[in-house]
Amino acid sequence: MTGQAAVEAVWRIESGRLVATLARITRDLATAEDLAQDAFEVALRQWPRDGIPDNPGAWLTVTAKHLAVDRHRRAVTLDRKLAGIASEAASRPSEVDPMADVDADIDVPVQDDMLRLIFTACHPVLTPESQVALILRTLGGLQTREIARAFLVPEATIGQRISRAKKTLSDHQVRFELPDATELSARLTAVLGVVYLIFNEGYSASTGDEWTRPALCNDALRLGRVLAGLRPDEPEVHGLVALMELQASRIPARTTDAGEPVLLADQDRRRWDRLLIRRGLEALQRAEDLGGGVYTLQAAIAACHARARSVEDTDWGRIVALYTVLGHVAPSAVVSLNRAVAVGMAEGPGRGLELADRLADDPSLASYPQLPAVRGTFLERLGRADEARREFERAAGLTQNRSERRLYLARAASLHG
Amino acid sequence: MRYLVLLKAASVPNTPPPPELMAAIIALGEDAKNAGVLLDTQGLQPSAAGSRVTLSRGTLTSADGPFTESKELISYALYDVRSREDAVEWTNRFMKLHRDLWPGWEGEADVLKVFGPEDFGSAAGGPGDTA
Repeated sequence: MTGQAAVEAVWRIESGRLVATLARITRDLATAEDLAQDAFEVALRQWPRDGIPDNPGAWLTVTAKHLAVDRHRRAVTLDRKLAGIASEAASRPSEVDPMADVDADIDVPVQDDMLRLIFTACHPVLTPESQVALILRTLGGLQTREIARAFLVPEATIGQRISRAKKTLSDHQVRFELPDATELSARLTAVLGVVYLIFNEGYSASTGDEWTRPALCNDALRLGRVLAGLRPDEPEVHGLVALMELQASRIPARTTDAGEPVLLADQDRRRWDRLLIRRGLEALQRAEDLGGGVYTLQAAIAACHARARSVEDTDWGRIVALYTVLGHVAPSAVVSLNRAVAVGMAEGPGRGLELADRLADDPSLASYPQLPAVRGTFLERLGRADEARREFERAAGLTQNRSERRLYLARAASLHG
Repeated sequence: MRYLVLLKAASVPNTPPPPELMAAIIALGEDAKNAGVLLDTQGLQPSAAGSRVTLSRGTLTSADGPFTESKELISYALYDVRSREDAVEWTNRFMKLHRDLWPGWEGEADVLKVFGPEDFGSAAGGPGDTA
């Protein structure tokens, strides 16, 4: 017997292609997503009884198209009824049957449609939360409840985000198309930002009890790899994939068996995932060969850690240099703080503290727990225990993550007397 | 989560594998790679090209292949997927190609879970436990 889990597994494989194909035909992502979900509902009823069809992708496509034709006929009938009642309905432009050219469309290569899907789901008219929900639901083929569980929010919240996103796309009449050449680069950056947002929520859970949620990291990684397959000539796509593969390689060492966080300096590097490191370094090479960018620079920094056998063995000088470049290309207080950490490792804690102190009044770091945590680490190394303790206590008060709070409180406690 | 799929052949026709099958396997592999789920896959030579090292009653012995097995291990694939069902579905697709393109071929694929971070919670035990 086929269970719901097996149907959902097929769905995860087929969803992106199906929604992309339907959106090409209907020229509207919201309609395509509705139709795809309706087809999925039919599959959920039929497959457990009849088994999964031999070509489930084609089955879903044909089913969705039948549903579309039904819906279109109903809409036309409804329109006629309405036309009799409301006179303004007569002035509506006559509708074109969106399914008229179904068969002509069936064998068109789907690659460009997948890209259209990604760009539309990450369209700038949508909020980041909506972009995340929509891309995971369509391209990732995740169920609403799976997205809700991953982000620790109620299922209804994700459902609302997705319907609001679809309505926003319709309200703004966002067409299912690729951005034109002038905005392609900015739009691609936005797409990469959405994928990295998903990864980061899994890697450093901003709220809740766990320190990492590896399943969400893997969801983001798979989205990144899909993008790399679709846009193999884009350096930053490979840069982002490299960054995610390299960061994910540390996940097995980032928590104790009891689930408590372990910082980079204290990680057992034998637990780093060698396969992900190898894949990350390969992706980094591709990114650098193509010219690189902001993600590529961050991946290059991650690669310095991945190549080092220990903290002492790490090429901190190169990391400082990479952060310096990153600070020029994409200046931010967080980059400056990370550079301060690297300088502290390369040139000593006094120099690192000096740089971190310069950021003390930066408004963008006012509630950033890593700033006091970094200061605390340098102060501790300088033997200024009382000041270090106060910094760790501040960091504990700022973080929204319970594991991280316990870690900072433990470091503060270790500095007593 | 990761799954290792080990493909074993039980009965292989006397004809060589049809080129259509090889092409379809490559296309499916591309599909899985572009979906971000296939981390690695390779075919394996017959056991005649390998050896077996055995530990029995404290004695190590090594013997060159072929091994006398009813099923020959012929390839492996390593997937990164969201659930076991995903790995099974990709494996179904792989097996269907054999069914449709190389009549007479019979075999089985074991879908095995690789230990991952998700297995090392406070409650989960395993080889990574150090406490």
